[in-house]
Amino acid sequence: MWINSTSARSMWIEALTLQLGYNATLVAIGAALLGIAAGATGTFLFLRKRALVSDAISHATLPGVGIAFLIMASLGGDGRHLAGLLLGAAVSSALGVAFMLWLTRRTRLYEDAAIGAVLSVFFGFGVVLLTVIQTVSIGRPAGLSDFLLGMTAGMLYRDAVLIATAGLLAIAAVWALRRPMTLVAFDSGFASASGIRVRYVDLAITGLVLAVTIIGLKIVGLILIVALLIIPPVAARFWSDRVDHVLLISSAIGGAAGYLGAALSAVAPALPTGPIIVLVAFALFVISLLFSPVRGVFSVWLRHRRQQRRIHLRQGLLAIAQDVPIYEHFTIALLLRAGFVRGDGVPTEEGRRQADQACRDEDRWAVARRMHAHESVVSRFDGLRPLESLLTVDEIAEIDRQLTERTECKEVAS
Amino acid sequence: MGGEFVMLSLTPILIGVLAAVACALPGNFLVLRRQALIGDAISHVVLPGIVVGFLLSGTVNSWAMMAGAAGAAVVAVALIELIRRLGGIEPGAAMGVAFTSMFAFGVLLLEQSDTSSVHLDVQHALYGNLESLIWVEARGWGSLLDPVALAGLPPELPRIAVVAILMLAFTVIFWRPLKISTFDEGFARVLGMRTNLIGFGLVIMAAIAAVAAFDAVGSIIVIAMFICPPAAARLMTNRLEHQVLWSIAFAVFSAVVGYVLAGYGPLWLGAEDAVSAAGMIATVSGLVLGIAALYAPHRQRSGAPADA
Repeated sequence: MWINSTSARSMWIEALTLQLGYNATLVAIGAALLGIAAGATGTFLFLRKRALVSDAISHATLPGVGIAFLIMASLGGDGRHLAGLLLGAAVSSALGVAFMLWLTRRTRLYEDAAIGAVLSVFFGFGVVLLTVIQTVSIGRPAGLSDFLLGMTAGMLYRDAVLIATAGLLAIAAVWALRRPMTLVAFDSGFASASGIRVRYVDLAITGLVLAVTIIGLKIVGLILIVALLIIPPVAARFWSDRVDHVLLISSAIGGAAGYLGAALSAVAPALPTGPIIVLVAFALFVISLLFSPVRGVFSVWLRHRRQQRRIHLRQGLLAIAQDVPIYEHFTIALLLRAGFVRGDGVPTEEGRRQADQACRDEDRWAVARRMHAHESVVSRFDGLRPLESLLTVDEIAEIDRQLTERTECKEVAS
Repeated sequence: MGGEFVMLSLTPILIGVLAAVACALPGNFLVLRRQALIGDAISHVVLPGIVVGFLLSGTVNSWAMMAGAAGAAVVAVALIELIRRLGGIEPGAAMGVAFTSMFAFGVLLLEQSDTSSVHLDVQHALYGNLESLIWVEARGWGSLLDPVALAGLPPELPRIAVVAILMLAFTVIFWRPLKISTFDEGFARVLGMRTNLIGFGLVIMAAIAAVAAFDAVGSIIVIAMFICPPAAARLMTNRLEHQVLWSIAFAVFSAVVGYVLAGYGPLWLGAEDAVSAAGMIATVSGLVLGIAALYAPHRQRSGAPADA
């Protein structure tokens, strides 16, 4: 299926530009809305440091799906009405949350043990129900295992509309509650002191996670929906240190992952959709990890290198000013490249001038560090930046007045 | 009754019991160290490892798949550390990123490759295949002494038995360092113990137990047995020695009762087929935990209130 032929390539392009048909388009839009809602909700969960709670919530849906199917099938019909199945999933997953909270509040078990217990036991019971359904042979249970890993191929029109609408509602709910949730996620103590009921806000976050899980059941599947709640905020964290920005970026990453994943899966209808969406999200995460200009690996490395050069250059210039020999090869190379020394190690005119300037700046910094008036400026910078760019002309003049005639910088050499 | 029981039920029950005990033993320390979800993460990343092991070796040679699973566990641990260090991400979220992505990769790899000739699919990985591990050669209890029949035992049984013994040996031999570093890491370091080495060893042991049990019974039992019996045992006693014994008892109880309910329960109710044994064992272990949370003598925190 991954053959690199032209027809395959045009299929990919068609998929990404939504020319695969009305239903596939609707599913991709639904998945994008789901991704936005998941990315936003996941941000609050992530900031509350409770990301893995979503794993318990999603696994706890399985018995509900099974029971809803059994009830609907025994009432007649094929038992596959999506809204009914999702309702069952919501009820059992709410029970799972209640059980988890009960375990952590009423016993001395920690939250992680409660999460693991709920997810494995509910999922295990769900598997039992699935085998019961196979045994009793009522209804048409063929599609039930699609809820595990997601399956958008052959999705009914009314199901796609249901998912898209629910996704929109979830986004609206996140938008409406964004302020209290941000406050609680960022500083629950302050939120509590400002009169926000932290417990209710936590409940709202959990409710939204539950909603996202239910909506995503058919598209991403219950095993991997947790990825759509965790990966976007973690990726977004590399792009910004501000909560509101992380929220927006996370939503965008979630939406992109949902859209691209669903569109790609339309090309490969035999494959479950969930893993494709998750791998697209993971690719976006890897890009963020490596290339984000804020906290990405490359930009951090580049910043480190630049700082290293500035320090070497400054040390080299000070050495020129103090007439001490330089042995460090990297420093010599940097001075040579900047044209501050000649090949034989003798400083150029420009080098001498720069060295004097560096020396004066060093002295000014030393004075400025002793002056209380400049404490806020001084503590924020590393002393490599020319002081002229930070202080006013008058302030520099005041510093120079305090400088003794024999500068401290050159004193070292004598 | 005897002959049929030995042939159809004895080996699955034994494998279930051994897998449950092998997971519950390291689970005791994981639950106390707030690392309970490591079992969850490992059992997810085992899937891509097994698939890669299968694709590279081209056979269902279980040693190749075990090696692949172990490799995947190492990759997962490295990935989690990388995400934590580079991004300053909390461990739970870093774990969530790593194990979901690797699981998704494993599923796609599995669906893409031709594994129709062998018994390897996502459902099998999740629920295991306990019911099918029957002892075809057995003719009755006498077969236990018959070398020809014993040679026909499902290979999963000796493998999980070795791993269960390994877990027991690990727990007994490293009892003191495990206990001290779990309850008071600072004190353990003062005594000169390499606490991060102990922690790492524990995770490796958990991974071995998870991989071996996964091979025999699927990931759902692995997660349940890592957490439910030790958690229930934690509510029974304040002594670690007793907790470990309780957890073994709960694990054995869950495995036996779960298997019997799954295999014979539906027949008693008049249905024809059995239900998933793996699912039922997990369910029973959850019921045990629920009862322990309601009635166990040491269920409450002593001292500081819960929210502290």
